[in-house]
Amino acid sequence: MLKLLKQSPLSARIGMGIVLLNCLVAVFAPLIAPFGETKVVGDVWESFSPQFYLGTDHIGRDLFTRMVYGARNTIALAFITTILSFLFGSLLGFIAAAKGGWTDQLLSRVIDILMAFPTLIFALMILSVLGSSIPTLIFTIAILDSTRVYRLSRAVAMDIEVMEFVEAARLRGEGLWWIISHEILPNALPPLIAEFGLRFCFVFLFIASLSFLGLGLQPPLADWGGMVRENAGAITFGIYIPLIPAGAIAFLTVGVNLVVDWFLHLSSGLHE
Amino acid sequence: MKNVLMLILKRGGASLITVFIISLIIFIGVEMLPGDVAETVLGQSATPETVEAFRRELKLDLPPHVRYVAWLNDFVHGHFGNSLANGRPVAELISQRLANTLFLASTTAIIAVPLAIFLGMLAAFYRNTFFDKLISTTTLSFISFPEFFIAYILISLFSVQLNIFPSLSIIEENMAFGSRLYTILLPALTLTCVVTAHMMRQTRAAIINVLASAYIEMAEIKGIKRSRIIMLHAFPNSLSPVINVIAVNLAYLVVGVVIVEVVFVYPGLGQLLVDSVSKRDLPVVQASGLIFSIAYIFLNMAADILAMLSNPKLRQSKN
Repeated sequence: MLKLLKQSPLSARIGMGIVLLNCLVAVFAPLIAPFGETKVVGDVWESFSPQFYLGTDHIGRDLFTRMVYGARNTIALAFITTILSFLFGSLLGFIAAAKGGWTDQLLSRVIDILMAFPTLIFALMILSVLGSSIPTLIFTIAILDSTRVYRLSRAVAMDIEVMEFVEAARLRGEGLWWIISHEILPNALPPLIAEFGLRFCFVFLFIASLSFLGLGLQPPLADWGGMVRENAGAITFGIYIPLIPAGAIAFLTVGVNLVVDWFLHLSSGLHE
Repeated sequence: MKNVLMLILKRGGASLITVFIISLIIFIGVEMLPGDVAETVLGQSATPETVEAFRRELKLDLPPHVRYVAWLNDFVHGHFGNSLANGRPVAELISQRLANTLFLASTTAIIAVPLAIFLGMLAAFYRNTFFDKLISTTTLSFISFPEFFIAYILISLFSVQLNIFPSLSIIEENMAFGSRLYTILLPALTLTCVVTAHMMRQTRAAIINVLASAYIEMAEIKGIKRSRIIMLHAFPNSLSPVINVIAVNLAYLVVGVVIVEVVFVYPGLGQLLVDSVSKRDLPVVQASGLIFSIAYIFLNMAADILAMLSNPKLRQSKN
């Protein structure tokens, strides 16, 4: 593992640095932030100063503090959603591959229909019916995103399912769960881990977009997409505050993408 | 030929079924609301009589399947009901905004498609050079950026620093075509950045894929110029994936307009949808959501059919 890290290309190291930095900030948010998350401490849209490193936002809260807490809320939300999406998606994908027959047909057709629907529009419609709350947000996005995970894990599991060791396990009389957890899952992990990074990026951008539209995390909770929205008016006065949270979103996505690229490169076997 | 027609019909039928199921999902979604629309709209202070009367007006007293058929019938005939927020007919709200959205999307397409194909060919021609890497890195970062980030960068560049384009795209009814185009140039540019990145990368990949085949090597050995090989030998044969990519990206464009419209306060269908979602104005959400989905599904269908027509291999493999 360490040897692998030493051989990693510069781009992957930059990516890992970015991801690590963001995670540290997210975990230690209360220690890093100089003020409280929702505390009004200054004037509206003050510029950079030693007291407010990044200035203040549209109602006078410290932007640096909001950014730090925003990292925590946004990343945690995206992370939980991606994990849920992988739980749903890969479980259904493995079941479809291992059982085959009409189970596979039924699941695949339902997923096809869900995928034919534009994701953002679907999410907007669900949120309009159920209202926007954190659990609704997480479940809606996780279910929509799990369709992509399903496709990949079904395809991967299909390849594994025809191997001799699976057949041997079947002949031994092992049950469906045993085959999924002991034979398919360990062999399907490498491609799924790379996919996890990609899906995380997608979910992260998706939540940021929803928050930007005012339908994601609700104020006064800090999150990066919502902060862009709240401070959007500043840009017409020549104050570049909305670019800071928007830039942070872009920065983290690029970081994750760099790491994923390296991962895909490794698992595709194209060494040197 | 008959075979191709059958495949197209099959694909079209599948899309129609999808649209039907989606309309069903949209309808059931609204049905699942706790309480019903009448109570939600009138609030707690309403007397049972007014709720009852309003329910009858919305035809909520009929069984669900009857209402679904009536709703679908109305939808097909362009009667979308009245907005809950201001009582105006939804069709009236939507028609102008749909036209605006289509105007923005088609302007973007007219800029983005030729640009993406041109850049893709250039990148394939100069592959593995500095120029290629530059284009690849730029497009890769555009893919990872959220749309609103690109939008705000463009705003701060072109409207705050240089002051040549307006930062808000406000369209009035009797604006001349030229000034309309001028107003929407910044949102169109934002969308172009996002869409071009995808299209260009896939065009490049498709051409490079073809460049590896034997007949290209043959052409090279014959001593044909490289630019000619790319234009006349490689590009026509990579047309099928490229057309597919273009259509898929146009479908994406239809949905991508939502965020850009909100950034630039452009009076399009996407903004109406977002506004109605936060107001929970369900008839408007239903109608605009269904319109977006139909556009998306049919563009994807067009992608598949065009790919099938331009690639003889796909015509046969399915039977």
